[in-house]
Amino acid sequence: MNLLNKFMNMDRRWIYLITAICVIIPFLIPIGLPTYTTPPARNIYEKIDNTSDGQVVLLSFDYDAAVLPELYPMTITILNHCFNRNIKVILMSLYMQGIGIAQVALEDVKREFPEKKEGIDYTLLPYVPGGALVILGIGEDIHKTFPTDYYGTLIDSLPMMREIRNFDQISLAISFSGGGVSRTWVTYANQRYGANVAAGVTAVMAAENYPYLQTKQLIGMLGGLKGAAEYENLVEKNLKLKTRKAACIGMDAQSAVHIMMIVFIVLANIAYFAGRRRKK
Amino acid sequence: MSHDPWVWVAAFLTLCIFSFLYKDNPFYRFAEHLLIGATLGYALPLVWKNIVTPKIIVPLQHHEYWLLIPLCLGLLYIARLIPKYAWLSRWPMAFALGTGSGIAIPLSLQAGIFKQMQGTMLTKAMLSPSITPTVHIIGNIVMFVGVITTLIYFYFSIKHTGTVGKVARIGVWYIMLAFGATFGYTVMARVSLLIGRFQFLLHDWLGVIK
Repeated sequence: MNLLNKFMNMDRRWIYLITAICVIIPFLIPIGLPTYTTPPARNIYEKIDNTSDGQVVLLSFDYDAAVLPELYPMTITILNHCFNRNIKVILMSLYMQGIGIAQVALEDVKREFPEKKEGIDYTLLPYVPGGALVILGIGEDIHKTFPTDYYGTLIDSLPMMREIRNFDQISLAISFSGGGVSRTWVTYANQRYGANVAAGVTAVMAAENYPYLQTKQLIGMLGGLKGAAEYENLVEKNLKLKTRKAACIGMDAQSAVHIMMIVFIVLANIAYFAGRRRKK
Repeated sequence: MSHDPWVWVAAFLTLCIFSFLYKDNPFYRFAEHLLIGATLGYALPLVWKNIVTPKIIVPLQHHEYWLLIPLCLGLLYIARLIPKYAWLSRWPMAFALGTGSGIAIPLSLQAGIFKQMQGTMLTKAMLSPSITPTVHIIGNIVMFVGVITTLIYFYFSIKHTGTVGKVARIGVWYIMLAFGATFGYTVMARVSLLIGRFQFLLHDWLGVIK
């Protein structure tokens, strides 16, 4: 009983320390626990893979640095997949800070694909304020919403953008977001223009997005680090991923911390009920 | 180990933030204040470069004077700072609310309610074993029951007693399951952020992992 009492009154800093150990050890001694691919991740992969000539994939970096560890690995892997398949990509953001992240992601992936050229293989669009209005603008005419690209070049002069006018030429729009922005894409791009929309979201937001998967308003979803790991595995299996598999590497630590938490929850409940019985 | 001084700066700031887990200290407060300052410092020039210059200054230089109307309307927000003229700020607010609602309400209803209702409705095909796999049929029924019982739980015009109470109780179980799923995902999200920082420290900074 004394031990249970001690456990219930444990200084929380011990929990922080144990958590840190549970994260560090799997990094130093990788276990390689398997990560299974789920249909929402596979749907995105197949949709990108089946993008026809004359169509592009739009990636919207609707997040800032606060959720970088969760969303950056999936953005890198999807960009990698598109470049691997020679699919043209439009990069944009409804968040002001997102453009900087898109630029860094491009630089990272271009190290593996130095032949990819701005305006021919990809276009980085500048930040335009308005959120939902920007999506509606793309639905009407992307050239009017974004007269120039991020670097100030007239969008009409970019070879890959000449034939791209609206969502009809965009095979898939993926919103990476740490908030509810993916729902904005569902509401305005999918509902208004019938665009194919997918979401790459933080794990916190994943549960809220499942209803949209069921109604097929989202064709696919990557939820947090687990979703990113699933996509890394898909690309690795089919195309040989050239970049570092940051999400897969992190999944061992993720599992270790989850086991630790389950143990703590079970022990805390045993201690609580034992303490309550003793009081009676 | 990294030779990039900026990686060292980032590692130092990460450790400063982590030090709060032991207890509040000047290193943590320094990093926290630096983050707030850097965020603002980053945002202001971006607003100027991406919004004020291309959307206002450049068009005005090209004699697009009609832009003065929305510009003046927007400037009325600042009237809130002067108590005597604070009422003027209601005009741009009314404009934003009116246009925003006009655009959002019909589409949000379509995407968030009608489409979801449609997704919940059971059709003959959804329950037919020859068309739909058994596991999906069970899933469709579970979802249908969940939506109905949860909605009944949130219907407060009838007292939750008798049959209604029992049905509402099932709704509560569904809500608890939803909370559990959300909590599980939230744990995963927070741990992912920690993993991200440790990956940075062990890979980018110290180089002890691949």
